[in-house]
Amino acid sequence: MSVMHLSEHEREELETREQRALGFWLYLMGDAVIFALLFATYAIMIPGTAGGPTGKQLFNLNNAALETALLLVSSLTFGFASLSVQAGNRKAVLGWLGVTFVLGAGFIFLELREFAGLIAQGAGPDRSGFLSAFFTLVGTHGVHVSMGLLWIVILGAQVAVKGLTAPVASRLFRLGLFWHFLDIAWVGIFSIVYLPGLL
Amino acid sequence: MERHGLATYLIGFVLAVVLTAIPFWLVATHALPPQRLLLVIGIAAVLQVLVHLRFFLHLNFTTTPKENLLALVFTALLIFIMVGGSFWIMFDLHQRMMS
Repeated sequence: MSVMHLSEHEREELETREQRALGFWLYLMGDAVIFALLFATYAIMIPGTAGGPTGKQLFNLNNAALETALLLVSSLTFGFASLSVQAGNRKAVLGWLGVTFVLGAGFIFLELREFAGLIAQGAGPDRSGFLSAFFTLVGTHGVHVSMGLLWIVILGAQVAVKGLTAPVASRLFRLGLFWHFLDIAWVGIFSIVYLPGLL
Repeated sequence: MERHGLATYLIGFVLAVVLTAIPFWLVATHALPPQRLLLVIGIAAVLQVLVHLRFFLHLNFTTTPKENLLALVFTALLIFIMVGGSFWIMFDLHQRMMS
């Protein structure tokens, strides 16, 4: 579909959508800087355990692997939702958004369970600099995923009520950028926090 | 707003699974000495980030607007300066405190 064949109105919608995509992309780049600095802080704080437990004693490889699997599959199912938007299939969009939500919620459940377990054994964020950095980094990612879940619910409702109109499709596109970005941040978390911690 | 086929997502997913499974499996089995394992984890992570950017965020050098790529490169530069600078300062400080 070449730009030449679009009506004036369609061209305007496309331009608005691309401008908003750029604006949202700039926000994501800012978020990437925040995560990069939290990663740097964490890496520097790894030895700062103040005589408390280290990552090797606290982290669970199976839990991290399960969280990774949930988030990666949810990235794929969001991709299916995006494809369904292109195909104009409203029911499929709602279905895949639902699956993505369940997978994301499962991830948050595992993370909260891990946090609760750590705090219960006296390894909360107040135990050491290492644990402060850990909770800040992983918690910031968890808050992002939770916001993504809220966003999925809101856009799911819009798809159900308004249908796949151009503005709704445009918002779904940006939610997709956000969701895939969070999976990239998680690649950093398991590669810098969990795997090296368990060596 | 070009179309992205099912194949793109599936290829990206399979590559991401492989690049995740390798480091997790190596850590679970302790198949390599720690130094070498860290290197593998780092390489797999960088490759996986590139896979996500290419197959899930659909970044490429033809259809992605130039502004978006410019913003990404600028962000990478900022991250390099700030993270690299933090490590430089902290390791230098650490060494001075030791000696």
